[in-house]
Amino acid sequence: MYTTDLSGKVKGKAETAVAEDPALVAAFEARVANDEFIEPKDWMPEAYRKTLVRQMSQHAHSEIVGMLPEGNWITRAPNLRRKAILLAKVQDEAGHGLYLYSAAETLGTSRDEMTEALLSGKAKYSTIFNYPTLTWADIGAIGWLVDGAAIMNQVPLQRTSYGPYARAMVRICKEESFHQRQGYEIMMHLAAGTEAQRRMAQDALNRWWWPSLMMFGPPDDKSPNTEQSMRWRIKRDTNDELRQKFVDITVPQAEAIGLTVPDPALKWNEERGAYDFGEVDWEEFYAVVKGEGPVAKERMQARMKAWENGAWVRDAARVHAEKRAAAKLAAE
Amino acid sequence: MDALATYALRLGDDSLILGQRLGEWCGHAPALEVDLSLANVALDQIGQATHFLNLAGALEGEGRDGDKLAFHRDVMDFTNCVLVEQPNGDFAQTIARLFLFAHYQELLFTALTASKDTQLAAIAAKAVKETAYHATLASDWVVRLGDGTEESRARMIAGLDWMWRFVDELFVTDEVDAAALKAGVGVDKAALRAAWDQRVDAVLAEATLPRPAARRPVLGGRSGRHSEHLGHLLSEMQFLQRAYPGATW
Repeated sequence: MYTTDLSGKVKGKAETAVAEDPALVAAFEARVANDEFIEPKDWMPEAYRKTLVRQMSQHAHSEIVGMLPEGNWITRAPNLRRKAILLAKVQDEAGHGLYLYSAAETLGTSRDEMTEALLSGKAKYSTIFNYPTLTWADIGAIGWLVDGAAIMNQVPLQRTSYGPYARAMVRICKEESFHQRQGYEIMMHLAAGTEAQRRMAQDALNRWWWPSLMMFGPPDDKSPNTEQSMRWRIKRDTNDELRQKFVDITVPQAEAIGLTVPDPALKWNEERGAYDFGEVDWEEFYAVVKGEGPVAKERMQARMKAWENGAWVRDAARVHAEKRAAAKLAAE
Repeated sequence: MDALATYALRLGDDSLILGQRLGEWCGHAPALEVDLSLANVALDQIGQATHFLNLAGALEGEGRDGDKLAFHRDVMDFTNCVLVEQPNGDFAQTIARLFLFAHYQELLFTALTASKDTQLAAIAAKAVKETAYHATLASDWVVRLGDGTEESRARMIAGLDWMWRFVDELFVTDEVDAAALKAGVGVDKAALRAAWDQRVDAVLAEATLPRPAARRPVLGGRSGRHSEHLGHLLSEMQFLQRAYPGATW
């Protein structure tokens, strides 16, 4: 999963303007404008590096925190097939986290540093994971809506200017597309099921719809980093463009299975060839970004606990590897 | 259920309960790589359970499939060994359980590939490759933790100590095993013990860990006499099927 950039405006440009050779900057800008990939050893402006580390680590953290709401249902999946699919899916998310941390490490920030930033609250992750998974239908809604929104964000990132990020996204997108379909398939099944299952499905859509729209980030006029990120081809479409695309694709999917999108303002606009839709509750969005989401504390507590409880395991692995290396050296 | 169906049921129950336990770790493991590997093992075990339980249901011939067997039986009808239902505890306890069980399962599945029952043999042939990885993964961690820090060593010893009393049950031959063996379908489990001991001892030696002392075995899982832990595991696993009778998912 991916969240659009949630942090404040990057200050790097002003900070580094003095230090950076204008010729290098110009050459870099030209390469990016020419749609060339920037690779780890290439020269890049410090602000570009910072923006990328922040965005990629945010993306990686989102994958990792995103394992929690779905992991919440692995032990309660309703049948063997669903359990296997959900395990595979959550495992995919862990894998995405791993590629993304690795890709971000090519910019000189270690995974441990990024993890510390997450646990200290300095780094953000997608607001969507601060909402709880209450019923099995939430697993369907997450796949359908949350992964669906993630795909909208991620497909353009396959052409993002930083090579390792773009390549990681190619693989991630393939898997997310499977996730989205399995989520929709769960919803389809519930919507065609018993009255209780239909109620469960509609309730999940009601709770996840607006948070899914928030995944595209603040409106364009309030998105501080969009302009620079687009110029650098870190980002390819604006938040509002992607949000509109998501609504246009998702509304007919809801209708097809007899579910109602919880937006009284939703209406097809013939002239625009797109849906008009209601205003996202931005006050809630900013509150959730700040860490006031309904289960934000639980999510961070779970990550903290896993990290702290796992410290002795990571220490043991490191010490054992050192012992092995020393023994090997002594034998040579 | 006749002996052959019960035989398949036991194999399925072992995999199901271990898979369920390992699934509890997902998102909470000590490192991202461990999250990936434990989920992978859980996924393999759930896949094996699906095959074995569907086969058990088909052999029984009363219209029960794998899901019916997994989600609509109570503790006394579960036939898994008591080892796999043991709580995850800390990471060392989880690894101890996987280590002891995976080596047994790999030896068992290797022998089972020669079963006269072509379906059992086919499932075993697929599963044995998975289990070989599980055994290697668990062994590597036993070595790392045993020969790591003082703390990891103490925890690994405690984990093995917790699990050791459930080992003998793996190799018990009762009337179901005897019937399956006689029919050329099952495996002589008692005969696997020597190879298991050898494998386990070799890993413990590399981990510089003492072999836990022999103790009075806890038996009974195969005939539905379980630890208190299984009931809680089932109540969580079976919740949706129980809460919404008749619904399909």
